[in-house]
Amino acid sequence: MSTVVQHPGSLKGARLPKWSPWAIAGGSVAVSVGLGLAAGIESRIQWGLIASLLFVLGTYVLAARVEGRRQAKDRIATSLVWVAFLLAVVPLFSLVWSTVERGVKVLDVYFLTHSMGVVGDSEPGGGIYHAIIGTLEQVGIATLIAAPIGVLTAIYLVEYGRGALARAVTFFVDVMTGIPSIVAGLFILSLLLILDMSFSGFAGALALAILMMPVVVRSTEEMLKLVPNELREASLALGVPKWRTILKVVLPTAVGGITTGVMLAVARIAGETAPVLLLVFGNPFINNNPFDGAQASLPLYIYQQYANSAGSEAAYDRAWAAALTLIAFVMILNLAARGIARWKAPKTGR
Amino acid sequence: MAKRIDVSGLSAYYGPFRAIEDISMTVEPRSVTAFIGPSGCGKSTFLRTLNRMHEVTPGGRVEGKVMLDAEDLYGTGVDPVTVRREVGMVFQRPNPFPTMSVYDNVAAGLRLNGSYKKSQLDDVVEKSLRGANLWNEVKDRLNKPGSGLSGGQQQRLCIARAIAVEPKVLLMDEPCSALDPISTLAIEDLIGELKQRFTIVIVTHNMQQAARVSDRTAFFNLAAVGQPGRLIEIDDTERIFSNPSVQATEDYISGRFG
Ligand SMILES: Nc1ncnc2c1ncn2[C@@H]1O[C@H](COP(=O)(O)OP(=O)(O)O)[C@@H](O)[C@H]1O
Ligand SMILES: [Mg+2]
Repeated sequence: MSTVVQHPGSLKGARLPKWSPWAIAGGSVAVSVGLGLAAGIESRIQWGLIASLLFVLGTYVLAARVEGRRQAKDRIATSLVWVAFLLAVVPLFSLVWSTVERGVKVLDVYFLTHSMGVVGDSEPGGGIYHAIIGTLEQVGIATLIAAPIGVLTAIYLVEYGRGALARAVTFFVDVMTGIPSIVAGLFILSLLLILDMSFSGFAGALALAILMMPVVVRSTEEMLKLVPNELREASLALGVPKWRTILKVVLPTAVGGITTGVMLAVARIAGETAPVLLLVFGNPFINNNPFDGAQASLPLYIYQQYANSAGSEAAYDRAWAAALTLIAFVMILNLAARGIARWKAPKTGR
Repeated sequence: MAKRIDVSGLSAYYGPFRAIEDISMTVEPRSVTAFIGPSGCGKSTFLRTLNRMHEVTPGGRVEGKVMLDAEDLYGTGVDPVTVRREVGMVFQRPNPFPTMSVYDNVAAGLRLNGSYKKSQLDDVVEKSLRGANLWNEVKDRLNKPGSGLSGGQQQRLCIARAIAVEPKVLLMDEPCSALDPISTLAIEDLIGELKQRFTIVIVTHNMQQAARVSDRTAFFNLAAVGQPGRLIEIDDTERIFSNPSVQATEDYISGRFG
């Protein structure tokens, strides 16, 4: 503790100035760039790792000299959290960045409103209108099936479920959570074969619904469990039947969270490719009818542009633009979910 | 309107655990009956058997009879939902519905039980809020969230919500224990007015409160932790506090235990 500069009788110890973390960060980046250039290290990732290491070490040494051991430990924990945060954010940011950078090239109104009907896979031109229609219809139908069943199952589990049946339902929901998407696709495919039916958007939607349902059940269950029991008792004590209590008191209290959960489940299935490949097959033409014939969908379109185009630059650009559209779609859903959650949250303002 | 409660040989269980044993008493209409006794002796449990809320708890089970005037609450074919409309309840912690406005909270009982005309609802809401001594404080913010009121106002809102459905009996489980002294006084005054119209049963930890508001007082006790609680005696409040017939009651009231 000899290094601690403390004025006797004062509660204030010496502190590093506010800007010191930035200075240390800047310094360690500069040193690591210099080191990297001098030693001829190619990889930027290694530069980043060296900089992170220098940052953590530099913070500790400086803080230990100026502020003392305890504050140095505090600072080291803080800087580790920051480094971990950056490590997590950098890949995400670079993914979004390269999608935007490569996606905007061909993304325009024409691209959004035309199909690939008369355009060869390796030629320029064409668009994703048919794929957008396909994704909206398949995801929409899947949601119409999975959301009510999922929410009702969760209501059963939280409000009514006791004993063996509830345990069995919980067990199967857990099992369903772990089903790989290709297996859900194969399951529906086997039904199609038994019933002697052909590809359709609806078949894909069924597989997506299987994937979506457990997610909805889990998130809705958590939201319902958050509703305080006192509210249920208050309603029951007014002589309100249980089903009305659930409908008018429990669900409105939890509706924001439930909607968020459903939206996130939608976002999750919107990017599924495997079951769509098996069941919807893909179609360069516009097919508005989800119940008859092959359709396209955004993830499937991305995959097929990549796989069928023999390395054509035009097809790659279209794949990136479609990926950007898909990411934007999911992002909008997330924002909508947040908006609804905030709007419906129980009001506490005075 | 107010009705008499006649309990005989009542025991209540949580699963295999018997929480209260063999309780018999009569609660007079248009009076305030206070339940006192140490924590865990089963006051809340007993109170909740009086409007069939006990069975809402998983494993909750009741034996014995509770007569409301001439009808047994636990008779075959009796619908607990109907019972709870006759016997209302106010809880320890104020629990207004967080998604509803002040108005909707008071109207909740009626609305959730069927449809009413707007003008009819307006009347009931005003009358109930006046009945709960809350009208003047909230008449300008009827459409604001009920959870935005102060704790004491919230509790009176809960009382307004309970009396809006015109019950015959009002059960209150330590309604003031989460409130400050001023709000407590407001609720005690209110109880004095409400007893003109309702039969009131109130659980309280506060001996002075029992002495101030109640006409009759029941003392509960339990032999040991893990044993069922029992009714030790019930008598006029004055007598219980001046000259109880059981030694344990006197010990409890004078602060010698509990
Ligand atoms: N939900 C419950 N499950 C199991 N036991 C309970 C439950 N609620 C209360 N008890 C038990 O019942 C007994 C009486 O409790 P309670 O009626 O709350 O007492 P009081 O209101 O007089 O303090 C206590 O022993 C308590 O532990
Ligand atoms: Mg209690």
